[in-house]
Amino acid sequence: MASTTRTAHPREKRVIFKNIDRPGWTNDIGCYLQDGGYEDLKKAIAMNPQDIVTEVKTSALRGRGGAGFLCGVKWGFIKPGGSKPVYLICNADESEPGTFKDRYIIHQDPHQLLEGMIISCFAVNARLAYIYIRGEFPEGAKILERALAEAREHGFLGKNILGSGFDLEIYVFRGAGAYICGEETGLIESMEGKRPYPRIKPPYFPAVLGLYLCPTIVNNVETLCNVKYIVRMGGAEYAKVGTRVLCVSGDVQRPCYCEFEVGGITMGELIYDICGGLKPGRTLKAVIPGGSSAKVMSAKDRYKIKTKQPDGTIRENEMGLEDVPIDFETLAAAGSMAGSGGVIVMDDTRDMVWALNNINEFYAHESCGQCTPCREGSLWMKKITARMLHGGGVPEDSDTLKRVADNIAGRTICAFGEACAWPTQSFLDKFPEEFVATAKRMGNGNGSTNH
Amino acid sequence: MKMEMPAELQSRIDKVITEYPVSKRSAALPLLHLVQEHFGYIEDEAISWIAAKLELEPINVLELVTFYPMFRREPAGKHHIRVCRTLSCAMAGGYELLDTFCKHANISRQENGHGAHLLKSQDGKYSIEFVECLASCGFGPVCMINDDFYESVAQDEVPQLLGKYQ
Ligand SMILES: Cc1cc2nc3c(=O)[nH]c(=O)nc-3n(C[C@H](O)[C@H](O)[C@H](O)COP(=O)(O)O)c2cc1C
Ligand code: SF4
Ligand code: FES
Repeated sequence: MASTTRTAHPREKRVIFKNIDRPGWTNDIGCYLQDGGYEDLKKAIAMNPQDIVTEVKTSALRGRGGAGFLCGVKWGFIKPGGSKPVYLICNADESEPGTFKDRYIIHQDPHQLLEGMIISCFAVNARLAYIYIRGEFPEGAKILERALAEAREHGFLGKNILGSGFDLEIYVFRGAGAYICGEETGLIESMEGKRPYPRIKPPYFPAVLGLYLCPTIVNNVETLCNVKYIVRMGGAEYAKVGTRVLCVSGDVQRPCYCEFEVGGITMGELIYDICGGLKPGRTLKAVIPGGSSAKVMSAKDRYKIKTKQPDGTIRENEMGLEDVPIDFETLAAAGSMAGSGGVIVMDDTRDMVWALNNINEFYAHESCGQCTPCREGSLWMKKITARMLHGGGVPEDSDTLKRVADNIAGRTICAFGEACAWPTQSFLDKFPEEFVATAKRMGNGNGSTNH
Repeated sequence: MKMEMPAELQSRIDKVITEYPVSKRSAALPLLHLVQEHFGYIEDEAISWIAAKLELEPINVLELVTFYPMFRREPAGKHHIRVCRTLSCAMAGGYELLDTFCKHANISRQENGHGAHLLKSQDGKYSIEFVECLASCGFGPVCMINDDFYESVAQDEVPQLLGKYQ
């Protein structure tokens, strides 16, 4: 329970996390207003909503929930003047293993989120919006309820917001412990009072057929906060200086959340400069760069990365994991993804079969069960890694695992299929010898006492 | 047995339904939360009551209770402990933390996986379960006791922590 002081590293550029752990900062509206809060809303509400959408398009803001979809493009699917009401839902389900950022925004800076949300609702003309918060955040839900009441009292919510003629209500909706509710169409089903079975896309793209089959924008907490700064500085400026929050956990001296300009830091700088490096005597083995669903990267691999030179030309560089800059395109080019910003670091003491088994247990538990490849495959992957670890594995296990994973990805209703197949595929691809060795060792009946 | 719905709970329920002007059915999860907070778990009667309130069939409510891990069909201990099981916490000692809780809370533990009945202490004071990532992975191992959240819990802090929940 040791409470650590979590001061920002001097190299950080805190925008979204500016008020997190800020001395003297409280999460009530008085504190927020004193700091210039809701001024961006005042600016936005005097704008033409379509112009806000244009600024968000120009900003090239990518969703922070995991898929990295361009926010402005998503908003652009909403046609002004449509006959159906438009809804907006803030995805505060934060349950991707390795990710811990939305929690702190909600707890310590709820009005920043509300301001971003109100501006976003105004831009897409949503008059009813919800915050879908995971059930395990009971305190976060209370904080949001209070913040909403304060915003209503101050005329930032309700009828005729700031005299603009725009009406908006926002309510908090609590989930109940299921990871799949983070998937946006599962979330929508959940909000309709059903099991959170994801919907088939097409046709059920939320922006077209979302909540109550009306156009619905679903955005992550951090994405919505960014909108406030796009309004403040304009989309073109934001495109140059936009930031993102990273969450580092695992085998580093100082795990933390931190914020940098997108692509403004390399993996090595993050691990060694920001997080104080590895524990004494250890070496870097692997990094999962974007939440547990992202493909694992090995410290032994070389990555071929194209970078833009100052003179505008593109050059291909070969580099090690530590030199890879953390941004959407580079991590994708390196065969993984920036995902939700959850960076999990593993040193040379970690058993990769053990790590994969832990991840497999997560996915086996969280599959919603609609699609046979995912429901059965996630369970089999877990069973196989568990028997490799605890005894009973056979030499063919690596091949079987790979075959099961290959038969899930691309054959399911939602992206959970990829999310559960990628760890297995990438662990086998990057650390094949460990799987072989474990299978061999366990064949001799040496049960691992590790979990 | 007749389930007693106190007036205060009723009025909270009626208020929450107004937050879903398009479809009352959307209030199903919120109502289950309110009912579980009050009664500690979800009985058959509560399922029928919620179904009637929202003009649904009982199966529409039961299927939620059986899907969403947070809803219970049996009472938990007086204090309910949730320990994160997932990778970053496991690397920081989450499994050992669950063991230590069990030891000090007098909970005998046959199985540490999911889906088992809630593990409870003999006296009913504590129950415990593993849950998946609680979104505080940098500060593991993490746990919740009732609605309270704890980060970086060292094993030797467990007795003192349990002492707060009598
Ligand atoms: C299995 C699964 C789980 C997800 N969990 C979350 C989550 O917890 N939080 C989140 O914001 N997005 C999550 N997403 C992504 C959402 O489906 C959606 O892309 C996102 O909320 C869109 O917001 P953004 O564009 O602002 O990122 C998940 C996706 C999948 C496939
Ligand atoms: S891929 Fe898995 S989680 Fe997604 S709908 Fe299919 S069974 Fe459910
Ligand atoms: S892994 Fe335990 S909080 Fe995320």
